[in-house]
Formats: sequence, C-alpha cells, structure tokens
Amino acid sequence: MEWFDLTVVTGSLPEFWRGLWMTLHLTAIALVVGFGFAVPLSIARLSKNPWVSAPVRAYTYFFRGTPMLVQLLLIYYGVGQSEWMQGMWEAGNPFWLLFRDAYFCALLAFTLNTCAYQLEMFAGAIRNTPHGEVEAATAMGMTRSTALRRIILPSALRRALPPLSNEVILMLQGSAIASAVTLVDLTGAARNVYSRHYAPFEAFIFAGLLYLAVTFVLVGLFRVAENRWLAHLQPRRSASAQKD
Amino acid sequence: MDVLIEYSPSLLAGAWVTLQVAVLSLLLAVSTGLFGAACKLSKIAPLRWWTALYTTILRGVPDLVMMLLVFYGGQVLLNQISDYLEWDMIELNAFAAGVLTIGLIFGAYFTETFRGAFQAVPVGQMEAGRAYGMSGWQVFRRILFPQMLRYALPGMGNNWLVLLKSTAIVSMIGLSDMTWLADQAGRTTHQPFAFYLAVCVLYLTMTSVSNAVLQRLERRYNVGVREANV
Repeated sequence: MEWFDLTVVTGSLPEFWRGLWMTLHLTAIALVVGFGFAVPLSIARLSKNPWVSAPVRAYTYFFRGTPMLVQLLLIYYGVGQSEWMQGMWEAGNPFWLLFRDAYFCALLAFTLNTCAYQLEMFAGAIRNTPHGEVEAATAMGMTRSTALRRIILPSALRRALPPLSNEVILMLQGSAIASAVTLVDLTGAARNVYSRHYAPFEAFIFAGLLYLAVTFVLVGLFRVAENRWLAHLQPRRSASAQKD
Repeated sequence: MDVLIEYSPSLLAGAWVTLQVAVLSLLLAVSTGLFGAACKLSKIAPLRWWTALYTTILRGVPDLVMMLLVFYGGQVLLNQISDYLEWDMIELNAFAAGVLTIGLIFGAYFTETFRGAFQAVPVGQMEAGRAYGMSGWQVFRRILFPQMLRYALPGMGNNWLVLLKSTAIVSMIGLSDMTWLADQAGRTTHQPFAFYLAVCVLYLTMTSVSNAVLQRLERRYNVGVREANV
C-alpha cells in the first residue's frame, strides 16, 4: 500500500514502546493516587457540616467543569511561570522546583482531575446505599465509622465499579494531552514519528491501535472484576435466559 | 487584571469559536447517532457489524489522536487528490477537521445513547399505535421518538458536557479557539496564569448554563411521569 509504509512503523517501534510505557504509568499512577484521595473526600462531600462539604464541592465543580487540557496548561505554564514561583525557584525551595517538571505537572493535573470524577461517583454510590443496610448496621450497635468501614463503603465501592471502568478508560484516553507539555507519551511518540517521516497514517493509526488494545485489556479486566465483586447484583441465570 | 480587560475582546472571540465548534459538532454527532442507532437496531446483519466496528474504534482511540489523524492525514489525502486532478493545493481547514473529528467521535457515543433509549420504549406502545391505524412513520414520529427522547436526555446531556470540554483540543491543531488565544496572550504578556484561569471561568460558565438548561428540559420531558419515591 502506498499510503501505509509498514517500515515507518517497524523502524520506530522502540519509540512507540517508550511512549506507551509513559502513557501507561502516567495513567496508572494518576488513577491510583486519585482513588486514594477520592474515597475519604467522597465521605467529606456528603458531610452535613457545610465547612467540610462546601470546599469539596467547589473542587469538583471546578475540575469537572473545565477541560483537562486547560487544567494541565494552567498548572504547567500558569503556575510554573508565575513570578512568585520563579522567586521560589531562586530561593531554591525543592518542593516548588517540582513545578518545573512537565512529568510532575501532568501527574498532578491528571490526579486532581480523576480524583474529582471518582469522588463524585463514590459519593453517588454511597448516597444510593439501601437504607435498610444502614439501619441494620445501627441496630447491630455499630458506630458510624464502623458501619462506614464494614457496610457502606464495601457495598458502595462495588456498585461504583461500572462507572469507575468508564473513568479509567476516559483517563487513559485523556492522558493523550500530555504531549501538550513536551512529554513523549504514546501520542507524543506518534507526533514525533509523523514529523520525522511526514507519515500521518502510519504514525497515528498505529498509535490508535495500541490505545485500542490497551482499552480492550482494561474492559476485559473490569468484566472479570465485576463478575467477582458484583455477582450478587447480577440477574439470576435461569434456564430460559441462558440462550441470550 | 488590566491585561485581561485589554485582551477580553480577543478571548471572547475565541469563546465564540469554541461555541461554534461545539454546536456544529453536536449537530453532526446527533445526526450520526440517530443514523447509527437505526443501523444498530436494523435487521440487516452487516449494517450492525459496521456500526459496532465504528462505535468500538471511535470510543477506544483518544480524541486527540483521531484529530491529528484527520487533520494531518486529511491534508496528505487532499494533496494527492489535488495532484491527481492537477489542481492547486487545497489547505485543510482546522475548523472543519475539528468539527468533523469531534462530531464523529461523539456520534459513536450518541449511537449508544439512542440505541438504549429506543430499546427502552415498551413494544406495546408501538403495537398500540399500529392498532390505531398509524403508518410506520407516524408511529415513529408520534409515539417512538418523543418517548425515546425522555430516556435519551440524561445521556445526551452528559455527552454534550463531555463534548464541550473536549473542544479544547482543537487548539492543538492551531485553531484559534479560546484556549489557543489564551496561550498566545499568556506568552506575550508573561501572565499565562491569569489567561488560563479566564478560560476556565468561560468554560465553567458554559457548563453551568448547560446544566441549568438540561435540568429544565428533563423536567419538561418527564411531565406526567411519576417518580418512584423510595
């Protein structure tokens, strides 16, 4: 085929693998760290005390209402190049020096973004906990925190699995914007291959296929997880439904 | 703050470009979605397979990769066509490439939304329509479509909000939307933070207004449906 030169792909394979690896660990770290903060924050989001819930609401309002690309640019170019920040750099403060690093900024933007989405998902799932479950826990004499740990969270986090699988896939695809701040992730690698060979089809179709493959693996993994942890919510398999 | 006021006409012009991209993509996505849903529910098997392939690929590849493929790949194709026909070189327009990509990607999401909504309408409703002597088109227009819309609205609203935010990536193929203009203004004035924050505020305004409108629409289409109070 004239418009698809396979040697362009095979010649750049190491570059694509390095990009894929960057995409995978950026996404994975952001998702895991985001999850770690999202669980406690989702409880804070549902707090009756407005001093606790309002800041969390403001945070999710901002991060779910604006594009992740703009958030990333705001952190990398906006915060990193402010005069105040440059003063901090001159003072040699090691923490603020992190904002010079594109990798750190991308990780921070992705984590803040996915944490906001995951938090709202978990808060929704907690809110939908059947009332009887909570009542039963209280009747058994559990304190609020014990009930949260033993009853509410295990049940809510399971029910949040299907939307969570969506979020994981959206995060994988959203991470493609990392190339806007000079990082060479899978999309960045494809852009480099494109500009070196002027071969848009080879570069972007191959990158697209790799993203597609990772998406399939993730969808498969979530299906296994849902069969394991959501089995109790699935419709019972009767003989008549088997042929479906 | 002064620089923001100085550049506000430019930013607002960018916001207008963003809105245009978003609304035109939405139109393309909704029509593609209705067509796709019809194909997915059709009795002709190959039609179903092709639509399944379309929704799988378009939802499994990042929007940015797709946009770069359409923009740069489309340019190569255009060059070959104009070479072949011995025309002058045609420049592929970033605006068209952006609308086409976002419209087709979200067409895949709308296909799934509409398919589910069409299936949610009870078959008895259509049978009743036929029993009254309505033609197939009348059943579609009077019975199926209005009821389908009620089931589709929450999903459509969600798709629109994601679509609106994904318009920001058109700045990466050089279209002067508000993100791109903020980038330029930030570089010239050395105050990128203020400009990106302004873009955030503009996007927040758009998403908040959309949310309010969607809530009203949902209330309107749910008139006469009793909510289950548990």
